[in-house]
Amino acid sequence: MAGINIIPLFVVIPLGAAFLISLFGKFIRRFADIAAVVTSLSLLVCSFRVMMFLQNTPGKLLIYKIGGWQPPFGICLVIDGLSMFILFIISLIGFFVTVYSLAYMEKYTDKSKFFTLFSLMICGMNGAAITGDLFNLFVFLEIASIASYALVAFGTGHEELEASFKYAIMGSVASCFIFMAIAFLYGFTSTLNMADMARTLSYKQGNSFVPFVGVLFLMGFGLKSALIPFHAWLPDAHSSAPAPVSAMLSGVLIKALGVYSLIRIFFNILGATQGFLSALMFLSVVSIIIGGILSLSQWNLKRLMAYSSIGQIGYILLGIGLGTPLGIFGALFHLLNHSVMKSLLFLTAGSIDYAGGGKDLRDMSGISKSMPFTAKVNLIASMAVSGIPPFSGFFSKLIIIVACIQKGYLGYGVCAVVGSILTLSAFMKVQKFAFFGERKDGAKNIKEAPWLMRFSMAFLALFCVIGGLMLLPSIRFFISDAVQVVVKGTSYSSIILEAISK
Amino acid sequence: MINNSKSGMSLIVRTVTGLVVCFIMLFGIYIILHGHLSPGGGFAGGVMVALSFVLLVLVFGKDANATRISKNLASNLDSIGALMFLGIALLGFAQGAFFRNILGKGSHFDLFSAGTIPLSNIAIGLKVAVGLFAIFLALVILEKFKEGQ
Amino acid sequence: MGLYFLCIILFCVGLYGVLRKRNIVKIIIGLVIMNYSISLFFVLLGYKFHGRAPIESQNQTIANMVDPLPQALVLTSIVISLAVMALLIAIAIRIYERYGTFDITKIKRLRG
Repeated sequence: MAGINIIPLFVVIPLGAAFLISLFGKFIRRFADIAAVVTSLSLLVCSFRVMMFLQNTPGKLLIYKIGGWQPPFGICLVIDGLSMFILFIISLIGFFVTVYSLAYMEKYTDKSKFFTLFSLMICGMNGAAITGDLFNLFVFLEIASIASYALVAFGTGHEELEASFKYAIMGSVASCFIFMAIAFLYGFTSTLNMADMARTLSYKQGNSFVPFVGVLFLMGFGLKSALIPFHAWLPDAHSSAPAPVSAMLSGVLIKALGVYSLIRIFFNILGATQGFLSALMFLSVVSIIIGGILSLSQWNLKRLMAYSSIGQIGYILLGIGLGTPLGIFGALFHLLNHSVMKSLLFLTAGSIDYAGGGKDLRDMSGISKSMPFTAKVNLIASMAVSGIPPFSGFFSKLIIIVACIQKGYLGYGVCAVVGSILTLSAFMKVQKFAFFGERKDGAKNIKEAPWLMRFSMAFLALFCVIGGLMLLPSIRFFISDAVQVVVKGTSYSSIILEAISK
Repeated sequence: MINNSKSGMSLIVRTVTGLVVCFIMLFGIYIILHGHLSPGGGFAGGVMVALSFVLLVLVFGKDANATRISKNLASNLDSIGALMFLGIALLGFAQGAFFRNILGKGSHFDLFSAGTIPLSNIAIGLKVAVGLFAIFLALVILEKFKEGQ
Repeated sequence: MGLYFLCIILFCVGLYGVLRKRNIVKIIIGLVIMNYSISLFFVLLGYKFHGRAPIESQNQTIANMVDPLPQALVLTSIVISLAVMALLIAIAIRIYERYGTFDITKIKRLRG
C-alpha cells in the first residue's frame, strides 16, 4: 500500500491485532506471540515508510481526510515532523518491548490478554500522535490510559491492584480536567479541528479565557506526564507493573500522552505565553531536584528508576519551557534518549526479577557474576541516563543546559547539573548494591536471561551508545523537523488549513 | 425455563419477566436497526439488548443459565463485533479512503439507506450488547469466586 | 449562565468525593459524578432556548435545532466513563478480596 493510505494503518493494525488476538489467542497456541511480533514489526516498517514519504513531500506535512470529508467538518489525520518523531519512538520501543515480553510474560498465566491490552495501548498512543482533531485526541488518550490501567493491574497481587487503583483514579481525574477544557474550548470556538480552533482563537483574543483553559490543560496533562505536584501515581504504577509494561509506561506512555499532547495544545493551539512557559520551567526544575533526591532514597530498584523518570521528564519540559529552538531541540532529543534508556533500565530490572534476583536492592548483591550481560547493559544505560560523555544522554542534557545559559536562566542550568549529579549517584547506588559486591548464597542459581530478552536489551543498549550520532547533520532532520513544528507555534493553523484546502 | 431454578426472585417477577424480556430485546434491536433514521443507534440499542440479558440473569439467578451465553462466548462475540466495525471501515479503501461510505445511499427515510451506516450500527450494537453483558458476567463470576473461598 | 455554574458545582462535589472520602466505592461514585457533570455541561453548551432535537423528519422543516455535535461527543465520553467505571469496580472487588477492606487508609503497602 503506497502513499498516503498508509496513515490510517497506524491505528488499524494494532486495533485489528488486539481483537484478533483476543478472538484466536485462546484456541491457537502461539497465535498471540506471532501476531504481536508481526504487528509491532509492521508498525516499525510503516513508520520508516512514512518517514521517507514525509521527507519527499513538500512542506513536510501529510493530511489524511477520513472518509473523504473536508476537515473542519470531518476528522483529519495529520502527520508532521513532531507526530512522526513520536510515532517513530512508539514503534521502536514497542517492537523491542514486545520481543522482550515474549519471554518475560511466560510466567504469567494469560499471555493473549496481555498482548490484547498491549496492542490497544499502542493503538491509543499512535492515534493520539497522528490525530488532528481535539476530541479524537481525547478518545485515543483514554484508550491508551484505560489499557494501561488494566496492564498495571495485570498481576492482580496486592501491590499491583493498589497501584492500579491509584493510577486509574488520578488518570481519570486528569481526563475529566482535559475533557472540561475541551468543552470550554468547543463552547468558545465552536470547532474541534485543531487548526481551525487555533485560527479562531487567534482573532478572538483579549480576555482571560485562554489562561483558564490553559490551567485546566496543564493540570490534566501534568497528571498524565507526572510533573512533580501531580506525580503520586507514577512510582507506584511503575514499580508494581510487569517489567515490559513499566518500560512502556515510562518510555513512551507518559511522553506520548503527556508531553506530546502538552506541546501540541500549548504551542500549536493556545499559543505559548511567557507566563505559561515560566510556570512550566519552574515545575520542571522542581521535578528535576525532587525526583533526583527521592530516587536517591529508594531501596526498591524499579521504584528508584521510576523517581528518576520524574526527574528526566523535568529535563524534557525544562527544554520545552525555554521556548528557544535550541532548548526545544535538546528537549526532543532528550525525549528520544530517555525513552530508550529508561525502557532499557526497566527491562534490565525485569530480567533481574525474572531470574529470581528480587526487587529490593538490599537483597541482591554480586549479580554481575551470574548475569554478566544484564550487568553490562545496565551499566551502559545508567551511564547514559546520568549523562557520562560518550553516551547519548550526555549530549541532550548538555544541549538543554547550554540553552538554559543562553536564555539567561543560570539558576535553572545549575539545577539541571545538580539533578544530573543526583541521578548519577542514584545509579551508582544501584551498581554498588546490585551488581558488585559479594555474591550471596541464595543467589547462586541465578541464571542469565533468555536470548529474546537479551536481544531487545542489546539493541536498545546499542542505541544508548551510538545515540549521540543523531546530532550528525545528515540524520538530524529527524529531530529538527519536529523542532520546526514547535517553533512555528500558532502559525501551524494557517499551514494546515492551507494544506487542507488544496 | 421459568420454574427450574431455586435461586432468583419470586414467581410473579419470573413470570412477568418471561413475558416482557423479549419485547425489551426487540425494542433494542429496533433501535439498532433504525439508528440512521431516528434517535439512538448502535450504542443505545446495544445497551437495551444487554440489559435484557442482565434482567434474565438477575431474575432467574446466575446459576440458571437462562441466557445460555457464557463469558467466553460473550467475549468472542465482542471481538467479532469490533472486527466487523473495523472491516466496514477498511472496506472504504475500495474507493480510496478509510471509512468512505461505499454502498449506495438509497432514498431518504428508507430502512435500507445510508450505505454502510446501518451495518456499522449493527456491528456496534453487537459489540456493546455482548460487551456490556460480558462485563456484568465478569463481575458476577468474581462474586462467585469470592463465595467459594 | 446559572446552569453552567451548577454544573461546575456538581463537578466540585464529585472532586470532593474523590479527594476526601476514604471508602473506595465512594471514590468511584465521586468520579462518576465528575464525569456526569462535564457531560451535562457539554450538552448544555449546545442547547438553544426552545430548541428542537436535531432530527430530520419527513413532512416538516425544523428551524430551531440544537447543536447535535456535543450530544455525539457526550455519548462517546459516556462510553469511556462506562469502561473506566467497569474497570475500577473490577479492581475494587479484587482489592476487597485481597485486603478484606474498602478503606483506603488501610490499603497502604506502597509508600516512599
